[in-house]
Order: sequence, then structure tokens, then C-alpha cells
Amino acid sequence: MSETGNLRDDLSNPPKGPTRNQIWVGFGVLVGLVLIWMIVAQWPDWLDAILISKKAFLSAILNGLTLAGLYFLVASGFTLIFGLMRNVNLAHGSLYLLGAYVGYEIATRTGNWFIGVGGAFIAIALVGLIMQILVFRRLEGDDLRQTLVSIGISIVAADLMLAVWSGGTYQILTPEWISGAIKLPVVTAERSNGTLVFLKYPLYRLIVLGVAVAIGVALWLTLNKTRIGMMIRAGVDDREMLSASGVNVHYVFAGVFALGAGLAGLAGVIGGSALSVAPGEDIRYLLASLVVVIVGGMGSITGAAIGALLIGLAEQIGLVYFPTYGVVLTFVIMVVTLAIRPEGIMGKRL
Amino acid sequence: MRITKRNLLALTLSTALTLPSIALAQDGAIKIGLLATFEGAFTVLGEDGERGAMTAVNEFGGEVAGHEIEIIRGSSDASPDSAVRAARKLVEQDGVKVLVGPLSGDEGIAVKDYAKTQPDVTFINGSSAAQDTTFRDPADNFFRFSTDGAQWMAGLGTYVYNEKGYQSVATVAEDYSFPYTQVFGFMAEFCNAGGTVPSKSWVPIGNKDYSSVIAAIPDDVDAIYVALGGADAVNFLSQYQQAGGEAPLIGGSITVDQTVLTSEGRLRDILIGTPAAGPTADTNDSEAWLSFVDEYKNTDGAFPSPSLFAHGYYIGMKAALLALEETGGDLSDPAAYREALANLEFETPTGKVSLDENRNAIADIYLTEVVEGPDGNLVNKLIQTTSQVNQTLGIDKEEFRALGAVSRENPSCP
Repeated sequence: MSETGNLRDDLSNPPKGPTRNQIWVGFGVLVGLVLIWMIVAQWPDWLDAILISKKAFLSAILNGLTLAGLYFLVASGFTLIFGLMRNVNLAHGSLYLLGAYVGYEIATRTGNWFIGVGGAFIAIALVGLIMQILVFRRLEGDDLRQTLVSIGISIVAADLMLAVWSGGTYQILTPEWISGAIKLPVVTAERSNGTLVFLKYPLYRLIVLGVAVAIGVALWLTLNKTRIGMMIRAGVDDREMLSASGVNVHYVFAGVFALGAGLAGLAGVIGGSALSVAPGEDIRYLLASLVVVIVGGMGSITGAAIGALLIGLAEQIGLVYFPTYGVVLTFVIMVVTLAIRPEGIMGKRL
Repeated sequence: MRITKRNLLALTLSTALTLPSIALAQDGAIKIGLLATFEGAFTVLGEDGERGAMTAVNEFGGEVAGHEIEIIRGSSDASPDSAVRAARKLVEQDGVKVLVGPLSGDEGIAVKDYAKTQPDVTFINGSSAAQDTTFRDPADNFFRFSTDGAQWMAGLGTYVYNEKGYQSVATVAEDYSFPYTQVFGFMAEFCNAGGTVPSKSWVPIGNKDYSSVIAAIPDDVDAIYVALGGADAVNFLSQYQQAGGEAPLIGGSITVDQTVLTSEGRLRDILIGTPAAGPTADTNDSEAWLSFVDEYKNTDGAFPSPSLFAHGYYIGMKAALLALEETGGDLSDPAAYREALANLEFETPTGKVSLDENRNAIADIYLTEVVEGPDGNLVNKLIQTTSQVNQTLGIDKEEFRALGAVSRENPSCP
């Protein structure tokens, strides 16, 4: 692996030729129009026959988007840490699960869900900071050992969490006003008596999507428009040069590691409220973030967003339309990406 | 890596840590393997299974015919290969001659196949309840004193059709042998009574996000039959609540088990009133059940009422010990031990249990409904008892075999 990174990729991705670009834009517009028609129009019977029902299809898309939001929150920290430190932190899933448990404890004790979210972010950021200072800094530049040590940490952490929180399934309760379903202004069917049936969707999941988008935009702005972001990007490209120009790279590393870990912890609480918290989640989200960053390109925030979108949508659509083989779809996307563009969609050749 | 003092120290420490397990084996003790899911999505269920097994061991005072009982735990994660790996470890490394387990459906089928390669070892089922663990191609040394998933559904299909008036029901179940068996058992009665099942959703085990599955359920069904277990059930139910689901639910045996009823969250409202059927009922007020519950509650971390996993493992372990008592604690002749097992007929907390010629149990099944208990806990209230249900659900054996093996497609009545 060379020392060049991929975060700068977010700045620009020059088109390879106008004709090819035009084809893609045309294709995109066409897909967009079809989608808009599918949302607005009353579905004819033949379409219902293929896609079960409008409600099922639109819900699958919305679920795919919200799941993608969750995956993005976890994977963005993972890819950030990798981009800067070349450190494949396989204990990232454990940070997610620990965040969920910590958030659960804080939220149930204080009775305030928001304190739970904030507390988990801070607590897991601290854990990440300690991990970076005590473990990963000692193994700097030794990729294989870092990876193996992080696997070790994840195994120990999984058993410790099992000892403390047992194997039970926890549900983090969201405040009353954001739980339950709302009606979206999308008509899914018309009853025989003429009343319209609107699409009902859990409000909380829309909030998950909103939070993910907000954090994604904030990350992008920080990386591209601030001095700290400049330092991080410089560190990605050339660590030695950055430290030679008077920046203490260890502070930058520690800060990024803490941020990445904190995001995993935050995602833990948000995901634990939307779905549930149980042992085994650590591996699930680690695997999901690995697939997301492999598809999106290691080290790229935009890549993580694109990867999360693809994987989230694939998982949900697979679950509805071919549940038995749905799991395979995710890996097919990964295999195809690796075959056509081994560095990932937004990745730079290493 | 250079050998430094620190490395040596680490090596010594790690060696020392592995030692005690070797030193523990005692002379004269009877070793019994206990195989359950102590990891993965079914951890809670496995832990409760262990509580049930230990309740039986405690009942015997920790010894049988003068020999101390030594329980050796084996852990799986509900996948067939992990169950076989754990069984191999118990049999081939620890040298157990009796193994109680496993917990989950596919595991049962895999362990049954493994049992065929180990004729000297006797396998007694824990709580796995797939039909074909004992019905098609059984193993001579695999015994099931707990009943199977189709038997557990006895009475439910007829009850919801006649009493609740549900005529069309959609099913949501995990995609493996045990839920196939449960859906089969439910539909066998429900379709026979005249009901239809227009949509069946099979979801991968350990699935987290059910909202898309929920959205794909047709709007015009009278109720939804849910056969999911542990974390899967909790996830489905809470997301069904979040999505504003309105259709009433019908529960599979492990969907409204104590492992689910005791979980934190807003499940209460949608669970109350859910009919289900299974080998146990929380409000069973028979003497035997109440004393079993008391015994069970002495174990660590016990639920307010034993789950059916605790029940299954209790019965399996108790059968293992009763047969051992009969042979005087002698396991040197596996044939004699199996003879004793096969002829065993004993009173359990849930009525009489005996085996058929495939070594599968014939036992009572309870129809229940979720209600709020006196102390605010949710419990399964006993509605009716179907006595002595056999594996073919009272249908002639050849006729039953002709219905075919349970699967995603079988049975079908859209």
C-alpha cells in the first residue's frame, strides 16, 4: 500500500468525456422520471403483479434509504480512520454495540433519549481515543499487527459485553413524539368507496435518514472547508510532509480516531432505537461497514455514502422480492465492484 | 519476533489459563454434555435452556445412582455447523456418552445426522423442534422427549378460525426447518377448517429490519401469524408497532415465549390478546407445573416463568437421568441405556410423556393467549389443553407422510 489517500477524491472527479457523461445524465434523468411516476401515479395492475404492491415497493425503497443512513453513520467513521491512518479497525463493530449499550443505560437512567445519544457519542469517542493512544499508536505503520490486534479487541469486547448485558434483546425507547407512524403525502391505493389510502411510515426512521444526511454534509464541509479538514486531507496524502510542516500528526490522528469511534457509538444508539440491541450486532455492522467501504472506496466519505445507499437498498429490496437469496445480492454488488473497479466506486488506486 | 521476557511471561500466563479445565475432570462422575446456543441471536434462549437442564440436575441432587453428575457445556450459535462442531467437541474431546441438546431446528437435524456416526453415544434432544429430526430418516440413538413444532400448534388453527373468526391469515416466519414445521402445524388445522393463507413471508434468521416485510403483507388479511424467535420476534414486533400495524397477531410457540414477553420496549399493547400454542402455559395451575416453576426460579437469572426452552431441556435432562437411574448409572452398554430411554414413560410438569417408534414424544399441548399477569408481567394464559398429541397430529401415519416434507411451499392454501 502506498501512502496516498483517497479523501481528496471528494474534491473533484473529472469527467472522462462529454459523450459518456451525457449518456449517464440522460440515464439518470430517465430513472428519476420513472421513479417520480412510480411515486405519483396509481399503479396499473400489471405493475402491482410484478412488484407485489405500491406500498410494498415504496416502503422497501424508503427502508433501504433509512438503512443506508444507518450504515453510512457506522461506515463513515470506519472509512475516515482508514483513510487517515491506514488502520483497518476491525473492532469498529464493537464500538457500535458498546455505544448502543451505553446509550441504553444512559437513556433509561436519565429518561432522556437525547442525553443517551450524546452520552454514547462522548463515551465511545473516549474509548476510541484510549484505543488509539494505548494500542494503535504503538503499532504505527504495522498494518497487519494493527488489524490482528483489533480483531482480538473485538472478540474480548464481545464477551465482556455479553457478561455485563447478558444475551437479552434491548430496545432503546425513543421519545413518545417521534415514535409511531405518520402519513406521507403519497397515495398507495384507492378504496372502493373512493377514500384514498396514504402511505404510512415510521417517523423515527425518517429522522434517522435526516440525521445521517446532516452528519454526512457536516463531515464533508469539515473535511473540505475548514483548517482542520485541510490538515486531515494533508495527512491522508502525505503524513511526513504534514508533520514536517509543524502539525502534530498524533493529535490529528487521535482526534480523527475519536470522531470515527464516536460516530459508531452514536450510530449504535440511533440504530438500537430503530431496530434493537443484542449480541452479534457488532459483527453485523462490522461486516456491513466493510462491504460499504469496499464498494464505495476505502477512505472516501462520498464513497461511503454511495456504498451505503447501494447496500441498504439492495438489502431491503432483496428482502422483499427474493428473501431467500437476498443476502447474496449484497455480495454480488461487492464482487462486481471488485471485478470492475477494485479500488471501489470513489476509491483511488492505491 | 524476538523472545523477550515479556513474551515469555505472556506465554506462561496463557498456558496457565488453559490448565484448570484439564484438572477438573473427576473420577466416577457421569459426564453429560449440554449443547445449547450460548452465542448469537438465540443466546437468551440457550441460557434459559441451561436453567431448565440444571433444574432437572438439581432435582436429582446433582447425582444419580451414587455417581456425581458432571455437566459439560457446549456452545453453538444456532447454525447447524456450529452445533455439530460443539457436539463433536463434547463427544470426541470431552468423551461424553450422553448429550442433551441442541436448541434450534436446523441444529437438531444436523446433530441427528452426526449422531449416526457416533453409535456409542446417546443423543437426547434439548428443545429443537423440526419435524424431520425424528420423522424422516431418524437416527437410532437420537431421542426427543420434547415434541416437534407442528405438534406445538395443536388446536391453534381451529381456534382462530372458529373462535376469533379469522378467515385469511398471512404468515411471517424465519427461513429454516423449525418455522416451516410450525407453519405446517398451524396451516394443517387452519386450512382444514376452511381458512386461507394468501401470503407467506420467509425471512432470514437474524434479520433486523422487518419494515419492508411488514409493508409487503397484504392489507386485507384478518390476522398475521408470526413464527419468529428471540431477538427476531422482538425486532418484528417493535417495528410492526412503529409502522402502525393494525391487524391482530397470532403467535408461533416461541414468538410469545417468556424470552420475548419479558423484553423491554413498547411491545405490550400489540401482544396482549395474541393467541398461540405450545408445550407450556404460564398460568397452568397444576401441582406439578407450579412446583417445577418454583424449582426453576432457584436458578440464576430465571424468568418469571420458564420458557419452553427451559421446559424442553428440563424434560430431556430428566429423561436422561431417569434412564440412568434405571441402569444404575451404567453407560457401558449403550443398548441397555437406550432400551431404558425408549420405554420411559413419566409424568412431567406438563403431563404424561412417552415415545413413539421414531423416538419422538407424545405429550399434551396448550393453547394460550397473552394477558397481563397480576404483577404487571405479560403471561400466556391457558385457554385449553389438547391431550396426548402425536407427531402425525392424529392423522394416519402413511397419509401424513404423503403430505410431504415441510418446506417454504408445503403446505399451501392461498
